[in-house]
Amino acid sequence: MFFTYLRRELRRRKKAAIVISLGLALGIALVITVNSVSAGMTQAQGKVLQSLYGLGTDMTVTKAATPTAASSGRPNFDFNARDDSKSQSSDRVNVQGFQSLASTVVTKVKAQSGVKSAVGGLSLNVTKVNGTFDRGTFSQAPNAGGQNGGGQNGGGNSSGQPQGQVQGGGANFSIDSYTVYGTDVTNLDLGPLTSSKITSGRAFTSADAKAKVVILDSAYAKTKKLKVGSTLTVSSVKLKVIGIATADSGDSAANAYIPLTEAQTLADSKNKVTTIYVQATDSKKIDSVKTAIQKNVSGTTVTTSADLASTVSGSLSTASSLATNVGKWLSIAVLIAAFLVAALLTSSAVNRRVREFGTLKALGWKSGRVTRQVMGEAFVNGLIGGALGIGLGLAGAYTVTAISPTLSASLASSSGGGGQGGPGGGGFGGPGRQAAAKAIDVTLTAPVSLNTIALAVALAVLGGLIAGTFGGWRASRLRPADALRRVE
Amino acid sequence: MYRLSGVTKQYSRGKDTVHALRGIDLVIEDGDQLVIQGPTGGGKSTLLQMLGGLDRPTAGSVELDGVDIAKLSETKLTKVRAENIGIIFQSFNLIPTLTAQENVETALVPLGLKVSERRARAAEALESVGLSERLHHLPGELSGGQQQRVAIARALVKKPKVLLADEPTGALDEGTRDDILALLDGLWKEYGLTFIMVTHDSAIAKRAPRVATIKKGQITVKDQAAAAK
Repeated sequence: MFFTYLRRELRRRKKAAIVISLGLALGIALVITVNSVSAGMTQAQGKVLQSLYGLGTDMTVTKAATPTAASSGRPNFDFNARDDSKSQSSDRVNVQGFQSLASTVVTKVKAQSGVKSAVGGLSLNVTKVNGTFDRGTFSQAPNAGGQNGGGQNGGGNSSGQPQGQVQGGGANFSIDSYTVYGTDVTNLDLGPLTSSKITSGRAFTSADAKAKVVILDSAYAKTKKLKVGSTLTVSSVKLKVIGIATADSGDSAANAYIPLTEAQTLADSKNKVTTIYVQATDSKKIDSVKTAIQKNVSGTTVTTSADLASTVSGSLSTASSLATNVGKWLSIAVLIAAFLVAALLTSSAVNRRVREFGTLKALGWKSGRVTRQVMGEAFVNGLIGGALGIGLGLAGAYTVTAISPTLSASLASSSGGGGQGGPGGGGFGGPGRQAAAKAIDVTLTAPVSLNTIALAVALAVLGGLIAGTFGGWRASRLRPADALRRVE
Repeated sequence: MYRLSGVTKQYSRGKDTVHALRGIDLVIEDGDQLVIQGPTGGGKSTLLQMLGGLDRPTAGSVELDGVDIAKLSETKLTKVRAENIGIIFQSFNLIPTLTAQENVETALVPLGLKVSERRARAAEALESVGLSERLHHLPGELSGGQQQRVAIARALVKKPKVLLADEPTGALDEGTRDDILALLDGLWKEYGLTFIMVTHDSAIAKRAPRVATIKKGQITVKDQAAAAK
């Protein structure tokens, strides 16, 4: 009787049922879409952070750079003018962005409570100048004493110096700048290289600790037409390309990855690192680990993913803000409106059925049974709304994923570092926050999780219950005699 | 048996107090047929509501088989209605979405019977009112007289002690009215019910063994059967 009565009543009041269900469906669809877009935003931010940190890193430990007397000057390149027009080359290798930390700090960080793993890395910036420098030729002026000499213009004078001018000579050179990251090859589970996949050649092994080998980012290798087996020369040191790495998303953290020891030698920074990548034992303990490191390892800056995420700007940040703020409140507003409409329509339906329910009570139906009947109808309306809402929400999320809008994320360089470094100072995208100063493009998807679906079902049930409670409460208060006096 | 003592019912209507019943004393024996008549607003329907346990008096007692139903809890009063009292309404009050058989079944739902037993008894009740061919028709597919027959079947299906009818022929034409009255009369005799009917129709009242007239909340009872002897 319950289900027969329920089914027939819903069919009889089809329009009201459709309005209630559609209202709930709209609210639930919005919740699903906003939730999934928010999840997509989080994923996108994760990708941005991952491209900087690598997988598994919960925080980094750095020491902000302060300009020093030695580093504050302009970079110096030594070239000699020669007659043979031969190409000359000079490299300058700088520690990029941060003041370096002693390698012992890595051990100290690793010893902190809540730290699962810590690994140091050295971020370098290499500026290479290539070119030819030709000596000029002095030509003596007519009617002047013929003698070659240096000087620019050989104007006539009374000093007895040769008169004439320098012809030819000059310089033709190019500047190439790229980033190199010194990787601890004995611990490859952390650090920027984890956000890339080896697409050609091989990865580092512990045996490469002192080897002159390099893994190139695929984009850089393509630009420079280098491949596995090629040689990259840095400051006269020939490094053999053993692998090509492709970043999982966004840009790679560095153009080239070399063993940490070799990087320290090239930068004349023995036992120094610029960044320590830290993984916590429990993601819930990140804040306490940060506090412990800041307390026990003085003079360092600890940056968590959350800290870095807060510096994300650009369209990703705007969209994320829209999704979390506008989207969330819009969803809540629509849901509240839908719940209210459902409650009012259900209550109104009960008012129109006062005589019907009064008759049932006069026949001996308990108030609870009448209330259950009303709640059952509202509950089914909620479920229909929920099913429609899930369908609409999935369609919305699918549409976002199908369109895959590209969002750009910029991470502000908030460390205050960057004083050191060669031309371009920090703008080349090495690891760490200095590198984050550039924009990274990510595509937005809208993944729908089971939790989101569960939330939608819960909301549908809640909507039905709220509406049913209103109507049921109204029905339960009816007295059979009152009901019989009413005329429909 | 009904025994009403000093039954008073007052309503508040705005600032005014309406005295619907003023100290009614009445005894209705088991198996009696009583017709209640009187002018509109005189208190007929209010008295029927008191007898049916649909409302409670402001003062006085309404005893049914020695139990003051006016003082029962809502749960117990609901049980009394479910088991002992059948009610027929002027406008039939059928559930429009349920078939004739299902409408009759609604009276058996509170008794907790099995679905198969409910269906069988509902079909039997409809057969007794001559509607065995209309079991699966919706109220909208039935004539007024047929709808009232369904309502009568619904009132009698639970085999109540008391049958209350509020203007059962008020919404019917004359021919149908006579059919329904004949049916009710036959069922009253067949089941040995206590039958109490409210009506405006003087012709119906004249045929009844006992007639109660209510005016301004006060009752006078005339035993026509005894007078005829």
